[in-house]
Order: sequence, then C-alpha cells, then structure tokens
Amino acid sequence: MNPETKKVEFSEKAQKEIREILTHYPDKRSAMLPVLNLAQAEFGHISEDVMVMIADLLDLTPPKVYEVLTFYTLLNEKPVGKYLIQLCRTLSCALAGSENILGHLKQRLGIGIGETTPDGLFTLKTVECLASCGTAPAMQVNGAFYENLTRGKVDKILDDLKRGAQPVLKPMGEN
Amino acid sequence: MKYEKVLHKNLETPGYAGSLADYERLGGYLAIRKALKEYAPAQLIDLVKRSGLRGRGGAGFPAGMKWDFLPKDPAITRYLCCNADESEPGTFKDRQLIERDPHQLIEGMMLAAYAIGARVGYIYIRGEFVYGAQVLQRALTEATRAGYLGKNILGSRTEIDLHLHRGAGAYICGEETALLESIEGKRGLPRTKPPFPAIHGLYGKPTVINNVETLSNLPHIVNRGVEWFISIGSSPKSPGTRIFSVSGHVNRPGNYEVPMGIPLRELIYEQAGGVRNNKRIKAVIPGGASAAFLTESSLDVKMDFEAIAQVGSMLGSGGVTVMDEDTCMVRAALNLMEFFAHETCGKCSPCREGSSWLVQIMRRIEHGHGRAEDLDQLVRICNNIGGKTVCAFGDAEIAPILSTLKHWRSEYEYHVKEKRCMAGDRGEELVGIGRH
Repeated sequence: MNPETKKVEFSEKAQKEIREILTHYPDKRSAMLPVLNLAQAEFGHISEDVMVMIADLLDLTPPKVYEVLTFYTLLNEKPVGKYLIQLCRTLSCALAGSENILGHLKQRLGIGIGETTPDGLFTLKTVECLASCGTAPAMQVNGAFYENLTRGKVDKILDDLKRGAQPVLKPMGEN
Repeated sequence: MKYEKVLHKNLETPGYAGSLADYERLGGYLAIRKALKEYAPAQLIDLVKRSGLRGRGGAGFPAGMKWDFLPKDPAITRYLCCNADESEPGTFKDRQLIERDPHQLIEGMMLAAYAIGARVGYIYIRGEFVYGAQVLQRALTEATRAGYLGKNILGSRTEIDLHLHRGAGAYICGEETALLESIEGKRGLPRTKPPFPAIHGLYGKPTVINNVETLSNLPHIVNRGVEWFISIGSSPKSPGTRIFSVSGHVNRPGNYEVPMGIPLRELIYEQAGGVRNNKRIKAVIPGGASAAFLTESSLDVKMDFEAIAQVGSMLGSGGVTVMDEDTCMVRAALNLMEFFAHETCGKCSPCREGSSWLVQIMRRIEHGHGRAEDLDQLVRICNNIGGKTVCAFGDAEIAPILSTLKHWRSEYEYHVKEKRCMAGDRGEELVGIGRH
C-alpha cells in the first residue's frame, strides 16, 4: 500500500446513509457495492485513498475492495469528466444506427472512446446493452437516459449540458 | 388482435403514476391481504405450483417448484431475492415494470416472501437503472409507512423487510448465483452447482431468486385464481401472459404483453407494426442475445417455451430482435460476440479464452481478412465452450455464431472469399450493420 495515501472522509449525510445501509445485511461485506456507489457519487471516482477508507469501514483488506472495484464497469478507478456519456453499442442500438451517433459524438467532442475533453467536461464511453432497445439508439449521461437519438438531438443535449443544464432522470421513452 | 392486459393493466391506465395511492385505487395490495387471511404459506406455494407459472427471466423454471425445494424447517433463515438485473440484449420489460408499477412488484415480493417464509428480501437492480432505483426506493418507503412492510404486516404476525441493492455494471450478475456473490460484496462469479441456492444460497442460507416479471404475476394469480391463469396462454406448460420486448427493424418497437403462445408473425406484424420500409425479415432473435437466431421460415412458431425450443432456439428473456433483409449476419453475430467477450466473468477458461478468440476470428472475417479454415475453427471453439462452463453463459455466447453459421453460411463464405459483405445497401441512416 502506498504510504502516502491521504485520509479521506465521507460527508455527514453519506455517513448517515452508510449506517442505515449496514443494518440491511447480516454481513458488513455486503455493504460493498452500496458504499462504492455512494463513494463514487461523493468523490467522482474511487481513488486508492477512498478504497483504503472503504476497506477500513468494512473490516476488509484493501485488495478485497480492489477486486470488486475492477470487476464492475460502472465504478471508475480514474477521474472522469463532469458529464460521463455512455453510448450503447449492442445489437438493437447498432441496428438503429448507434455507429452514426458515436461518429457524431466523437466529432462534436473531438475525442475518442474512453477519452475526456481537455476542459474536463465530457468523457465518452461505449457500453453494452442498457435495456433501452425499444427506444434505440440510447445513451446515458451521468445515469440519466437519453433515447431515440439523432444527430440533432445529440447536438441539443450537448449544447444544453454546456450551458449548465443538469441531466434529468426520466422513465423509458420520455427523454 | 387486442388482448387483455394483466401486468400492464395499471401502467396503461391513463393518469396512472405508480404511487401507492394509484396502486391501491386500482385494487393494489388486496392479494397480500387475501393470502395472509386465506392461505397458509404451504397453500400459497401449492397455488403457485398449480398455476404453472414459469420464470420470466430466461430459464423458464416453474416458480412454485423452485419455492418448494426450500427446506421445510421454519427455524432455518431463508432469503428472497428479486432479480432486477435486466441486461440481456434486446430486453427492456423489467425496466418498464419497475419504473411504472413498482408496487405491483413489491406486492409480488411480499407474496413470495410470505410463501417461502423469508423475513428479508433484496431487490438486485442493475446499476444503470438509476431512475428505476429511485422509483423503487420511493415505493418501498411508501409501503413501509403504510404498514405493508416491516413487523406485523397488516396486523398479521408476518414480518417482511425489503431492501434495494444496486449493482454496478456486470451482465453476469443476472446469473442467480453471481447475483448472490454480488450481494455478498464480491466479484460476480457464478458458483458451482449443486448445491443450488434453494439449499445453499445467500450467506449459505436457503434462497429463492425470482425475476421482476415473474414476481409481478403473483398478485394476479392470487386475486383471480389458478383457473383464470391457466386459461391464458399455452397451457399446461406455458400459461399466462408474457411481455415481449420487440426491437430492431420494426415500425413500433416496444413492450407487448400478450398471451404466451401467439405466433411470432403476429407479434411482429400486428403488435409491433411490421417491418420498417416494408422490407422482408431476414432474422429474428426470439429470446435475448443468448437465444439462437431464427430465419423467416420460423415466423409461424408459437411464442411459448416448448415451441421455440422445437425450432432450435429459446424463449429466454422475451427479448425479440428483428433484422431485415439488408442486415449483415456476420456483423450482427460479431456485435453480440463482442458483447459476450466483454461480459465474460473470467472464471472458466473455455469461456474466458474462447470468447476473445471468437471475437478475433469474427473481426478478421468481417474486415476482409478471413481465411477459408476460419469457419470450421469457429465451430470447433464454440463446441469447446458449450457445456464446459460453470454457468449457462458458455452456452449462451456461442448461440449467435453457431446459429448464423448454420442459417447463413454463404454470407460468411462470401466475406472470406470476396473480402466484403453481400448484404444490401441500407443508406447512410443505418450504416454499420448493413453493407460496409
């Protein structure tokens, strides 16, 4: 373990939530994903410091946290942009033209898959099936669905986000 | 034809927002009251067994029988898990049930928990369903405040607590033992079976894992009875309705709740509005990416477990993906192979290594560098994965390649020989899967 790891702490609100989460399970380790999800919401990504803190919290060694962190694709080990764009590449979206949307996103943002814009605003990723096949092509921005994508719709989404609009969580087919 | 909606009845009612008040207004939570009053847990298990309800997640295992495998000693702690990890490509029915009618699922879970004697249940929802998780959490809070969850529910001596557990991005966690590992805070690696979860499940205790749609059927079976349930669909083996998620080249993609056993042709042409631009159908996947591709000649197959198996595929998750005559089958199979190669958990060598070999060969063929011996090599690798892994993922991942090779071998041969694709031109709108 890196001896220079910094001490990090969850906010009061998150600590309260963690105390509640721990009551849900007979075993502390089960709080792993809930706490990792919470940590990502709080810190943006799971740094080594955060990993060590979570290991302490759950009475585990850090590798037990690390092996979970590296298994689940939604958990980020490295920082990502303010807006994480996750475009579905799987069959139904591909049949609906997701490759065109990907090309357009790359062109508009000037970055490739897995990269972040220099201003730190956008990270672009392709992901597997998002269960949005009836409203394809689809993507998520920070967990909010955007569906039935066209180039024009992508332009509007990007412009709105640049203007400071926040992604809004909505049911299937309404965004 | 129009059919009576059951699971979709509430959410297709104008103005229905899925709140507790909405759900109660349309008869919600009457089934659990009835069950607590009229049925002992063993009687409820018997009722569900007699209904013939089969799992809607993929395997189609009879739900009542799954419950009945649990040890009878009430002193043994047992758990209920709801599989809301919907990740099978082409499937989006559970997402809608969760987002639009969360209390129907919660009541279904209460019935299941009561039947098997579970005091605690977990809803394992995939991490990407951020909105769905918010809706469910709100509904769980409402249900707890109203006395439906917690101690002494509805004045009975029954205690049921349900907790939401969010995943974090892993298709394999839909496999029920991987799901349990994930709840336990580990990597989602499927367990070797036996022992099955009914004996050794979550925290080593007897556990039942049921899918969202399966559980959402329960209030209706309790309210309306076994006779009613088996009067719908293809009895005796495939009773009830089924929600099919139809996507791909159809005019009206979406979720359609229909009696099990309607012809595939009716589902595509009447429910989903037919094929876009009046094109012909080349291929249909009838039950999610793990199910073998079917050709146009199978369109009259009945959409039930047995009939689909007879034509060499499976009803699986109910995800129906339609591909028109211009679709490149090599490209489509490659797309799904890339999915599986990305999602293999890495536990079993045949699947871990084989999936990446299959992707490499498929990419080679697709990009005009295929070799004549590649087609037999694909089959050889597939045959060394199928049946040789701990979980069903191995059998699933070989379905797209084996079935497309079987039905459209000439397309593969054309790619190898001519170094390009023979599929029609689909224009700039749909570049990619068509000619390239």
